[in-house]
Amino acid sequence: MTKKKKSILSDQRFIVLLVVIALTAIFSFMSKEFRQYNTMLSLLDFSYYDLLMAIGVTFPLITGGVDLSIGTGMVCYALIGGTLIRSHGIPVIVAMLVCVLLGVLIGTLNGVLIGVMNLPPFLATLCTCMITRGAGSLCTATPWPGLTQEGGWFHSIFKLTIGTGRSADRYPIGFLWMVILVLLMEFVLNHTKFGRYTIAIGSNKEAAALSGINVKFYHVMVYVVCGLFTGLAAIAYAAVTPTVQPGTGAGLEMDAIGGVFVGGVAATGGYGSVLGTFVGIFVIMLLKTGLPYIGLQANWQQIITGLVLIVAVLIDIIKEKKAAAL
Amino acid sequence: MGEVILTMKDIDKSFPGVHALDHVNFEVKRGEVHALMGENGAGKSTLMKVLTGIYQKDSGSIVYKGKETEFHNTREAQDAGVVIVHQELNMVGDLTVAQNIFIGREPKKGFRIDDKKMIEESKKLFQELNIEIDPREKMHNLTVGKQQMCEIAKAISHKAEVIIFDEPSAALTEKEIADLFVIIRDLREKGLGIVYISHRMDEIKVITDRVTVMRDGGYVGTLITKDSTKEDIINMMVGRVIYEDPKQHSMVAPDAPVVLKVEHLNAGKMVQDVSFELRKGEILGFSGLMGAGRTETARALFGADPKQSGKISVMGKDGQLREVTINSPQDAVKYGIGYLSEDRRRYGCVVQKSCIENTTLATMEQFTKGFLIDSAKEKEVTEKYIKELATKTPTADQLVVNLSGGNQQKVVIAKWLTRDSDILIFDEPTRGIDVGAKNEIYKLMNKLAAEGKSIIMISSEMTEVLRMSDRIIIMCEGKVTGNIDISEATQENIMDKATRSID
Repeated sequence: MTKKKKSILSDQRFIVLLVVIALTAIFSFMSKEFRQYNTMLSLLDFSYYDLLMAIGVTFPLITGGVDLSIGTGMVCYALIGGTLIRSHGIPVIVAMLVCVLLGVLIGTLNGVLIGVMNLPPFLATLCTCMITRGAGSLCTATPWPGLTQEGGWFHSIFKLTIGTGRSADRYPIGFLWMVILVLLMEFVLNHTKFGRYTIAIGSNKEAAALSGINVKFYHVMVYVVCGLFTGLAAIAYAAVTPTVQPGTGAGLEMDAIGGVFVGGVAATGGYGSVLGTFVGIFVIMLLKTGLPYIGLQANWQQIITGLVLIVAVLIDIIKEKKAAAL
Repeated sequence: MGEVILTMKDIDKSFPGVHALDHVNFEVKRGEVHALMGENGAGKSTLMKVLTGIYQKDSGSIVYKGKETEFHNTREAQDAGVVIVHQELNMVGDLTVAQNIFIGREPKKGFRIDDKKMIEESKKLFQELNIEIDPREKMHNLTVGKQQMCEIAKAISHKAEVIIFDEPSAALTEKEIADLFVIIRDLREKGLGIVYISHRMDEIKVITDRVTVMRDGGYVGTLITKDSTKEDIINMMVGRVIYEDPKQHSMVAPDAPVVLKVEHLNAGKMVQDVSFELRKGEILGFSGLMGAGRTETARALFGADPKQSGKISVMGKDGQLREVTINSPQDAVKYGIGYLSEDRRRYGCVVQKSCIENTTLATMEQFTKGFLIDSAKEKEVTEKYIKELATKTPTADQLVVNLSGGNQQKVVIAKWLTRDSDILIFDEPTRGIDVGAKNEIYKLMNKLAAEGKSIIMISSEMTEVLRMSDRIIIMCEGKVTGNIDISEATQENIMDKATRSID
């Protein structure tokens, strides 16, 4: 009995990886500015928060749910953290912890509303989206410490700067953490009880419950994990945004969710991978960053991203149809 | 019977890797009910899909009303008068009966939909069929039987001349089946050609004029129903004689201890004051008509649905019977109860996942070291059960969706055996499973019982109940109306108790 190995070409993740490489090549070829080290550095810099949100939201999407509160949530936690640092003088490390805790808290709220009270995920997280947007707006626009200011060390988590001023060398060390986190969560998804049950809930919640699984608990945990990553995203967001503005954040979740779908999560849940999310996000990020370099404005980027997403989801649906016909 | 209205000759159809129809012949006359029989996968549905234009034939000819015809979609077939009434009803629950009947061809008055005319026309249709249904009622408020009547009314409204019934009785009560037969006879009188697909031999004998049997995509033969016996038809279907003898006496040792005691269980309307005992090594049959409350009793017992009151006692590993609280499936599983749902695809297994993932779903903790899943052990245990239960699957990694119904059931059984459950609730264990695989499931159940597992078997098939059970509990409208030993059980006394509180 030998397992038939699936061709690597039929793996959506591989195709998306090719797209990432192709996009990078095209943009680099067409624009001299794009192929600068600093452009790449800033592209990576701005991808971290999207990627962290995306890793988190992969889990609700695999259960067939969604979390719309990640964008406004992230901005809200970053604002609260910034306010605590500026107005209350608390250390940056504590503010970071607060961000993560707030993420877990809102995640738990989402989880309880959805997993225990049976609210539809769209509706529950729409409510927390509004709540976090409002709560964030109670704060005033406050920047986290700059690189050279006291507490500015947290920038080094994502971008190591050696030297000062224009001659400084900068290294995108955050990318390494991202790779580690992606591999970790891919492992969690495939080799732990939590991961297995996340997939089971997405694939057949009733059958999972009738197998004696504590479906409610695991359903809540899925949103807690998503919240945790949103909290981490808030730190990455604060690191790249000079001044976090109250009332913003709505719409940021769409880039993350879009990236996850490009990465091949089944539109109905039950299948997905964090590696897929990883490459999916870079398609979105490359379009976002690269298109202006070849003379297309931001609006075009949105249109093209939308079209890419349609293609990605269509591939998934066609694949499923083919599988069903066999 | 009148002239031939439809002839399908030498129909051939292949899908990649499957020769689904191999030169099949089939004909329908005006004023006849023609049964189409065969095991699951014999090709009945494919043949009907070719007829109604869902699939296109590779070769062969279809002659309808004397003309060579080929329908390219169901719409064309409908317009020509060939209509199929599906097993799963295609109704929109939130629309009214009339809106459903005229869906897609609503009568208009200017730009507006003419609701009044729709209701009038529906009323006329129901009058013609002698059914009492209010066309203004929302579809989801109707019983399954009534919904099916609406499907038929819809078919009639298409000026149907050939109606295909695809397992129409599967979800109906005895009473509803009787009503359905009245309508079918009436349609036959009017000169329509009726195709009747069913697995229920009793119905075939009652309602049909001729029987065409298919096996493995091929045409086996056509019989005149009244000149042939049940055995004739079954032999054609399977090419072998199947064992259908009832069990003569209980296989349970007289001193076998009680492993499950349910007292005065109440859960909504469908479970009223239900009490029974299950003994070690016993197969306890639950018989009754559809909607008798058997599945509801099982689900309440298993903690899947809430219950109002009742006492449940389970024998522990120490051999002591003690009262337990079961508020969720988790509790039930903890006490060694496993539930095999009647609807495997919805409640039984995670079909898009592998045999391994399904086998270990209820017992993850046996396969985890700390946070990690021990994949090697998972595979080992799954393969052990594949061998032990003779599950037909190429590998343990195969997705369950690709297995046949009987083999899916075996995967679910493996799940509960991994859990070492002592009490297994089989809800319609062989529904949707073909005759050959049925026997394997029966053997397996007998083996489990002989090994000391106790089994509750909910079944709507009389032969299954009489063949498998050591004792039979009969339910009717949420109450237990009978509890008889197999040695005293007959079809008659079971049916009598099953219909006791009706009328």
